[in-house]
Amino acid sequence: MTDKPEKFIDENGIRSDNRRANEIRDVKIEVGVLSRADGSCYLEFGKNKVMAAVYGPREVHPRHQQKSNRAIVRYKYNMASFSVEDRKRPGPDRRSIEVSKVSREALEDQIFTEYFPKSAIDIFVEVLQADAGTRTAAINAASVALADAGIPMRSLVSACAVGKVDDTLVLDLNKDEDNYGQADMPIAMTPDGKITLLQMDGHLTEEEFKQGLEMAQEGCRQIYEMQRKALIDYYSKETEVTAAGDVKENAQEKPEGVTPVEVIEDTEKIDDTNKTGDAKETEGTVENVYPEETGDTVKSGDADELEDSGVEVPHIGENADETDGQMDESEEESSNE
Amino acid sequence: MNKEIVSIIQKDQLYNLMLKGERADGRAFDEIREIKIETGVIAKAEGSARVEIGDTKIIAGVKISPGTPFPDTPDVGVIITSLELIPLASPEFESGPPRENAVELARVTDRGIRESGAIDLKKLCIIEGEKVWMVFIDIHVLDDGGNIMDAAALGSIAALLTATIPAERYELGEDAPLPIRDIPVSVTAVDIGGGIVFDPSLQEERVGNTKLTVISNQEGALAGMQKSGSGSLSPDQINHIVEVACKKAQDIREKFLEI
Repeated sequence: MTDKPEKFIDENGIRSDNRRANEIRDVKIEVGVLSRADGSCYLEFGKNKVMAAVYGPREVHPRHQQKSNRAIVRYKYNMASFSVEDRKRPGPDRRSIEVSKVSREALEDQIFTEYFPKSAIDIFVEVLQADAGTRTAAINAASVALADAGIPMRSLVSACAVGKVDDTLVLDLNKDEDNYGQADMPIAMTPDGKITLLQMDGHLTEEEFKQGLEMAQEGCRQIYEMQRKALIDYYSKETEVTAAGDVKENAQEKPEGVTPVEVIEDTEKIDDTNKTGDAKETEGTVENVYPEETGDTVKSGDADELEDSGVEVPHIGENADETDGQMDESEEESSNE
Repeated sequence: MNKEIVSIIQKDQLYNLMLKGERADGRAFDEIREIKIETGVIAKAEGSARVEIGDTKIIAGVKISPGTPFPDTPDVGVIITSLELIPLASPEFESGPPRENAVELARVTDRGIRESGAIDLKKLCIIEGEKVWMVFIDIHVLDDGGNIMDAAALGSIAALLTATIPAERYELGEDAPLPIRDIPVSVTAVDIGGGIVFDPSLQEERVGNTKLTVISNQEGALAGMQKSGSGSLSPDQINHIVEVACKKAQDIREKFLEI
């Protein structure tokens, strides 16, 4: 681990990685990179490298978790042991349990779970290389993977962090800024401005918080455009190939019967109808069909029930508490994110 | 009883009340239930507190003992926070290793204490790189009446404020009070059909889909935040919660806690 830099921002307002305060790191998104998953996405966010896969809607195991009126969503955030400087002990620790929970909650409400009763939508995200901001990178990738899997959604979800270094708010913290900065606040939101994830630690005044929230929203908007473009590019490429009579390139990698196959005719339409747009259009209908699921007071106790039925429960040893606490501790201390 | 069915009926009721500007227990939207704090309840612990917020009851215990510091922070003490949702507290809690709810509650409590700098960890160093004081905060939920989060945070800081470093027991000098320099207070609100109510009761917590916890420090700045639950909040709602939460935290601090 590097030592704390003397200054995070130089006199010209440039950060250690040549960014300005309101700039996000480079993002690279690849759609449909895995052959077995129903939807997948590889995403690089600065030096973060994450891989997301979506399976489902599929049968629920164990069966007692299934819901008669909707699909359950499960989200597993996992860090590879080699993704951080000091090897991370494999398996879920307290940090990844919490990250999985809040990330699931960031996405769950945007999925039309009521379309798939008694089924499960599983999202797995593997952090291959970590460099501050893995949970936001993971959510960005998961959101694209859900779209790639053809899961009907109200919208994509985009995530980005804002933080404070040298008493200045900066967008999308890098590793040093995360380790030694004064505050870190990851958020996730939908393009229409609903905040679906909000966490914060450190020190922010109310005024800084308000500004930070706006900055982070701007970051999310930029990421949303990139997610959208990645999906459009991927599916329009596929369309061209198919039109030329050569179905190999992308389509072949997909298992039978998966959505991309249906979306051959109109490039423009593909993204809008088959992905998020479609979902939006149908929203009205859904509200009528499930009046009790509308408004903002939806699905009470969901999280509790998932919890009760044992989703994402780490089966760790008897001393889980103590060892985990320490792991947790050392992680937070060394900010091994 | 099936939670989901009950809550659909309750949801209607609470939603209709909300539209009239009312809550089921007659509180104002930003009114917090009666708080009771009793410290020093466990003689064996280095610090302890029993906290009640309405029906919710928790007990927090602090144990302090010497231990090895983490290699990357050789000169500071260690905080380890755990929280258990023991089956005694609710028919919905089961025994076994902590599940995600308990993990989240513990981590957010820990975040508040750590990020506000409540404990002066530098003063907990005994021999740099070899021996530091380790502070274990353990929270047991005794009765889940809703909003365990704020009760847990309140209990942990109240217990820390009364904690003593047991130096004599380990022959490391004289006993001294744990060095506390800030008092973080957590305030949680829940969204019920667009209306924001603070300090949610169990019923409100079940019906509301989205909670936001705001932990603020003595100077009124934010030390930690956590959105919990699968719904979403608008930026306006969030700003409103932050504003009210900071004020309420100040009230609670003045009334119940002092260094």
